[in-house]
Amino acid sequence: MAVTDAPRIVTARTGYEDSYTLERYLATGGYEGLRKALSMTPEAVAAEVDVASLLGRGGAGFPAGRKWSMLRKDPVTYLVVNGDESEPATFKDHLLVERDPHQLVEGVLIAAYALQVSQAFIFIRGEFALGLERVTQALNEAYDHGAVGADIFGSGFSVDVVVHPGAGAYICGEETALLESLEGKRGFPRIKPPFFPAAIGLYGQPTVVNNVETMSNLPWIVLHGGKAFAGLGQGRSAGTRLFALSGHVKRPGTYEVEMVKTTFRDLVYAPVYGAGVRGGRDVKAFIPGGVSAPWFGPDQLDLPLGQDEVGAAGSMLGSGAITVMDTSTCMVRAAWRIAKFFARESCGQCTPCREGSGWLERVLRRIELGQGREEDLDLLLDVSDNISPGLQWPPQQTTICVLGPSIPSSIHSGIDMFRDEFLVHVKEGRCPVG
Amino acid sequence: MSRFTPEMAARAAELVSLYPEPRSALVPLCHLAQEQDGWLTPEAMEEIAELVGVTPAEVRGTASFYDMLHTEPVGRYLVSVCTNIACLLGGAEELLEHAERRLGVRAGGTTADGMFTLEDAECLADCDRTPCVTVNHRYVGGLSAEAFDQLVDDLRAGRRDDEIPPHGTLVRVRRSGGLRVPRDQVASERQAMAAAVAQRAEAAKAAAEAQGAEGAQGKGA
Ligand SMILES: Cc1cc2nc3c(=O)[nH]c(=O)nc-3n(C[C@H](O)[C@H](O)[C@H](O)COP(=O)(O)O)c2cc1C
Ligand code: SF4
Ligand code: FES
Repeated sequence: MAVTDAPRIVTARTGYEDSYTLERYLATGGYEGLRKALSMTPEAVAAEVDVASLLGRGGAGFPAGRKWSMLRKDPVTYLVVNGDESEPATFKDHLLVERDPHQLVEGVLIAAYALQVSQAFIFIRGEFALGLERVTQALNEAYDHGAVGADIFGSGFSVDVVVHPGAGAYICGEETALLESLEGKRGFPRIKPPFFPAAIGLYGQPTVVNNVETMSNLPWIVLHGGKAFAGLGQGRSAGTRLFALSGHVKRPGTYEVEMVKTTFRDLVYAPVYGAGVRGGRDVKAFIPGGVSAPWFGPDQLDLPLGQDEVGAAGSMLGSGAITVMDTSTCMVRAAWRIAKFFARESCGQCTPCREGSGWLERVLRRIELGQGREEDLDLLLDVSDNISPGLQWPPQQTTICVLGPSIPSSIHSGIDMFRDEFLVHVKEGRCPVG
Repeated sequence: MSRFTPEMAARAAELVSLYPEPRSALVPLCHLAQEQDGWLTPEAMEEIAELVGVTPAEVRGTASFYDMLHTEPVGRYLVSVCTNIACLLGGAEELLEHAERRLGVRAGGTTADGMFTLEDAECLADCDRTPCVTVNHRYVGGLSAEAFDQLVDDLRAGRRDDEIPPHGTLVRVRRSGGLRVPRDQVASERQAMAAAVAQRAEAAKAAAEAQGAEGAQGKGA
């Protein structure tokens, strides 16, 4: 069982009771990365991040270094940090904002320096009341410590960081919706092009949007060098990554593991991680990367936790949320609940997404209630196909944002992998698993 | 209901001043109003509109997009039960049904005494403790039916009030950090920096060209 001896990068201090305080942070090497960064040129800092092959941890896995290099030159630019964390079963940033807010702040300051932005914003979902408290407190302490604000550590570099609360809307995790929300508007994703906020972002200015975990890796990368980070993991999937493990495992939780060298099986069964399936049952299926991702069966447990490896197998690591469903799970119910989530959270701008999600939810509900018809399975696939033609992976884009094309994943997986179980619901009006 | 108290008005002004554009403070100000009144009153929306320079209808239109902003009164304790996938696998539907029976309201409803509003929530990002329950957006852990009953009793008796503050996600958030870097100072610093970078690039290019020219000469010779 591969539990590698890779260092813990972003969860090094979460074991301490007082991990969120400035005292603990300073006693464990805190703000050394920022000091080192300030002694380098901004370009040199960005070059380290490029060498590190730090893939964005928010869902799309875009290389951070490349994203930074796309920031359009302009006297006014912004950095916006995505702490919306609303993809179902994702709870890794929750740990980082509550347990190590200084690490996040330091990462944000390093990025702000490398990018020379005018101002940085940390967007945190409103439901993280404690997280908002902790990050604001960390900023207050950092101001007193001279780590943020005017003339940071006497370097001549100044930047202000503002913590911004969300107010409950999954779609605000989509980066352009997040920017709209930050501008005080409804969270409607923006029409593309421009494809990247790096060209036109917050208030129309060039903007980099990065995830909380992406930022939290920066102090380590600057201190130890991009090469050391790239030496962990394999290929493009460098370093360690947080995985939020939930569902029918004995020890659900957030675990930091070395990428590629660790497999899904390791994560589910190793005693230090999931410790196996509840009640000694078997895995029936698992969701490898949040509810937007197609499901995998037990035969795929030996896939390595690497971005390209999982992509080639027809799904994605997405937001790092792995949900295990054991043999007692009703797959119709699981697919229905996911469809219900999308129906509730669609922003309503695009017809396929708005109408399609509602239809799928209603049809799945009636199957779950034992009132389904045999044609319903084809109807589900047909509606899905109207949302994202061909039902291929990665999905075809027909809508303003990728929420819409993500809706069919679980339904398609469910019918593909468990057609017989769906049919028993339809024909016998009952669930075969209980 | 009322307009912002002087203390709240001062916090509101500070929030507005944090952003390059006042409208960005709209959502934070809505949170502030809920902290004061428990929900977003029409008067509050009017005042927020004045503070950020939009119409009251725009405040309402924006606020209505967000689940956490309540344009109708809610109970003193907002009890949210997540029923999304991880919690579903951990018995959330059963817990929600129990909660509905115990409180005597359907999800979305408020008890007659105005104490509790029950909510069927989407994922609250605490999926390793299922089924996840929050009260006024404070996590109370994954709850069994018995633990839920205990929670309700405790809340009714005010025994959890130190732990679970009243409404408002920013209740305990205060920015004390001293900094306001004047925006024009930052802009001029950045401009100087950009000029220096451009100059350096220019010099490097010139040097490379000079070297290239030398190299060519060398070859020619
Ligand atoms: C519907 C939807 C929801 C998303 N939710 C989140 C989220 O909660 N947190 C996040 O960091 N990224 C989320 N993303 C991805 C962001 O759009 C963006 O790619 C990411 O924040 C970029 O940061 P990264 O490059 O560091 O990963 C979401 C995307 C979509 C389409
Ligand atoms: S795909 Fe759905 S969520 Fe995305 S913009 Fe269109 S309607 Fe809104
Ligand atoms: S699924 Fe319930 S908190 Fe995430």
